[in-house]
Amino acid sequence: MADTVETDLITLPLAGLHAELGAKFVPFAGYSMPVQYGLGVLGEHIWTREKAGLFDVSHMGQVRLPKAALAGLEGMIPADLLGLAQGRQRYGMFTNDAGGVLDDLMIAHRAGDVFVVVNAARRAHDLAHLRAHLSGVEEVTDRALLALQGPLAEAALAALVPAVAAMRFMDVAVIDWQGATLWVSRSGYTGEDGFEISVPVDVAEGFARALLADDRVAPIGLGARDSLRLEAGLPLYGQDMDPGISPVEAGQAWAIGRARRTGGARAGGFPGADVILDQVAHGAPRRRAGLRPEGRAPMRGEVVLFAEVDGGAPVGRITSGGFGPSLAAPMAMGLIEAHVPADAVLYGDLRGKRLPVRQVPLPFVPPGYKR
Amino acid sequence: MKYTEDHEWLSADGDIVTVGITEYAATQLGDVVFVELPEIETQVAKGDEIVVIESVKAASDIVAPIDGEIVEVNDALVVNPALVNEDPTGEAWFFKIKVDDPAALDAFMDEDEYKDHIGE
Repeated sequence: MADTVETDLITLPLAGLHAELGAKFVPFAGYSMPVQYGLGVLGEHIWTREKAGLFDVSHMGQVRLPKAALAGLEGMIPADLLGLAQGRQRYGMFTNDAGGVLDDLMIAHRAGDVFVVVNAARRAHDLAHLRAHLSGVEEVTDRALLALQGPLAEAALAALVPAVAAMRFMDVAVIDWQGATLWVSRSGYTGEDGFEISVPVDVAEGFARALLADDRVAPIGLGARDSLRLEAGLPLYGQDMDPGISPVEAGQAWAIGRARRTGGARAGGFPGADVILDQVAHGAPRRRAGLRPEGRAPMRGEVVLFAEVDGGAPVGRITSGGFGPSLAAPMAMGLIEAHVPADAVLYGDLRGKRLPVRQVPLPFVPPGYKR
Repeated sequence: MKYTEDHEWLSADGDIVTVGITEYAATQLGDVVFVELPEIETQVAKGDEIVVIESVKAASDIVAPIDGEIVEVNDALVVNPALVNEDPTGEAWFFKIKVDDPAALDAFMDEDEYKDHIGE
């Protein structure tokens, strides 16, 4: 059953606290992860949209690079990293020579180094990839990573560390809490305002308990994290992006810096630049679309999409889907062939029946970022 | 009340058997957001997948526990799938089946056997 913990899974530093809080655990990317607590996925999702949700994302990879590696890192990623000011964080993607996505990551330019956070499932891959191109790559293994997300996240975190109130979206700061050094960024992956906080493992539980002592804060599992990010239109590596999907197809062309585009100061110079910049200029074979199944049945990943209710070849597929608790309706993202009109009704093959799906703009829920 | 290894409960009234899922199953599923029920007057065989139930986590099937004909379905679940979590063994019954052989019910677990089955 879903709550069986396999013995070869890695356990989070705060596993004991999660168990005490009533978590159900599932295997995810080699880790035993809390998927939900007592509120349940729907309740946790709504809580995060209205208050502040505390997520343990310690499974994600934390990596430090010397500042001198920033130029080399830019050569692996289509983002403008040399233009990234100190104290700021930027989203980027590792690309391959075919123009596909190897992983997505956050890059923070700090006073003394560059701090990078990568997906758990790609931690080993990304470390090897970084070490193949850069020197001084150091994995951070003595820190937990927490995220506090929601409209009351600022108030709840500022009650412990007041300096966070002055941060704006994608700012990073190093802040003291009771003698421990917190690495804080004003970011997250829920569409809400909030913070990600790297905290030394030996004080992580105390810090988490201090946050949870606030009535506005509840622990939130992976289940709600997925529905929150999907409603926010945020793609997930391994589903909406992979080595066979380009950043342009995945709807992430915004993360290709102006300086890295054709005609820019440092145009190209990243793997797959020829393919990706051609797609920026002339369009990609497929595009990401927001999708709303018209009935009540959720359509999840790998549902095949057609232009006609009968016959015809597939014109796309769903890459992520489920039920949107804030929408109170099913929602999905998919890859659609570029020739399909953006306002065409599509049909998803669900258990042998073709059911209508509307294409809609993303995100499903407007973001609450404090810019 | 009788129970299946697939965590369904069966409540018989003559040859009409009402079928739902157990509290244990509802908890394991999580918040139910969608239910699709079979057509009335469908002949079903034991093991046929006749109900689709989707929680926030995943899609699952509920199988016909016994041979017979579907005589009634609980449309309230289609309108309000959350009923499955709120009252799984009461208001959230799924369908009623007119069984071909009422004696076949004897093969299912009773409450004590089911509790052993789920380790309670």
